[in-house]
Amino acid sequence: MNGMIRRVLALSLLAVAMATHAVIETYEFDDPSLQTRFKVLAAELRCPKCQNQNIADSNAPIAADLRKQLHAQLHAGASDTEIVDYMVSRYGEFVLYRPRMNSVTAALWLAPAILLLLATAVVLLSVRRRTKSAGSPLTPEERSTLDAMLRDQPETDDV
Amino acid sequence: MKRLKLFLPLALFLVLAGFLFRGLSLDPQALPSALIDRPLPRFELAVLGDGGKTVTEAAMVGEVALVNIWATWCASCRVEHPFLTELARSGLPIFGINYKDEDDKALGWLAQLGNPYRFSVVDREGLLGLDLGVYGAPETYVVDARGVIRYRHVGVVNEAVWQNTLQPIVAELRRTSDPS
Repeated sequence: MNGMIRRVLALSLLAVAMATHAVIETYEFDDPSLQTRFKVLAAELRCPKCQNQNIADSNAPIAADLRKQLHAQLHAGASDTEIVDYMVSRYGEFVLYRPRMNSVTAALWLAPAILLLLATAVVLLSVRRRTKSAGSPLTPEERSTLDAMLRDQPETDDV
Repeated sequence: MKRLKLFLPLALFLVLAGFLFRGLSLDPQALPSALIDRPLPRFELAVLGDGGKTVTEAAMVGEVALVNIWATWCASCRVEHPFLTELARSGLPIFGINYKDEDDKALGWLAQLGNPYRFSVVDREGLLGLDLGVYGAPETYVVDARGVIRYRHVGVVNEAVWQNTLQPIVAELRRTSDPS
């Protein structure tokens, strides 16, 4: 039993080792702030080949090229906007995981807020309607009908 | 009004179903080129097998032409090669960009399979590819007589792609750029 557990542990450690091995090349940065920007940009730029991965995660050749480009441009002192413009002018808006706000993407950006407002309005309206109907007292007729029903009830209702 | 409200969920469902149905026939891999209607990117690269002679993008301008990204490591390039050779024989200028390849292998490939290209430039680092927005070989660009990119096809060019897509574009560009 103990041997079994040990084997499972060893295997899971191996799996971790393999996962870290998948991180592809390493880039050196003199300045830690450049490294942070590299990480942020690599996570926000989408790999054009693999569609649903960012360039940090993908090991497609084109993603490696873009990481190399990103590293070179950061070192050359390019601003984030310049780098993003560089990528968009070659690969289109597609490469942005955080699309820019414009007439095409307005629906995308505004839809969550609009839906949240709509949902809040619907909830508020239905809650108000429900509390209103529950709070109204019984009319005299309703009260007497209710009393009569209670009086007619049999003494015992054993089954 | 109350009756109409009952149909609201159905209406919402139909709208959603409409979007989803449209999505069924969209190709998620289709990625429009950012360079459509923009001139060929500037470059100065060596001509493959020409002892270090370099050319610029100007050498590809003048006629309606195809610019084809190819490499010996790319299996699909081998598939489209015979058809490109056939196209070149019909008189259509085809320029090659030998993308992230080795000169020896590339020259061997052309010697063995034939050379459909007026010339191929050596893009060993893939920097011209990057400027073109290439994300995999093969890719084929239709360039007009003024050197403006008009269309990008990703994947193999074969008889069907040529007849249905590229040939009409080339014919239209030739018609409109005809000076007469």
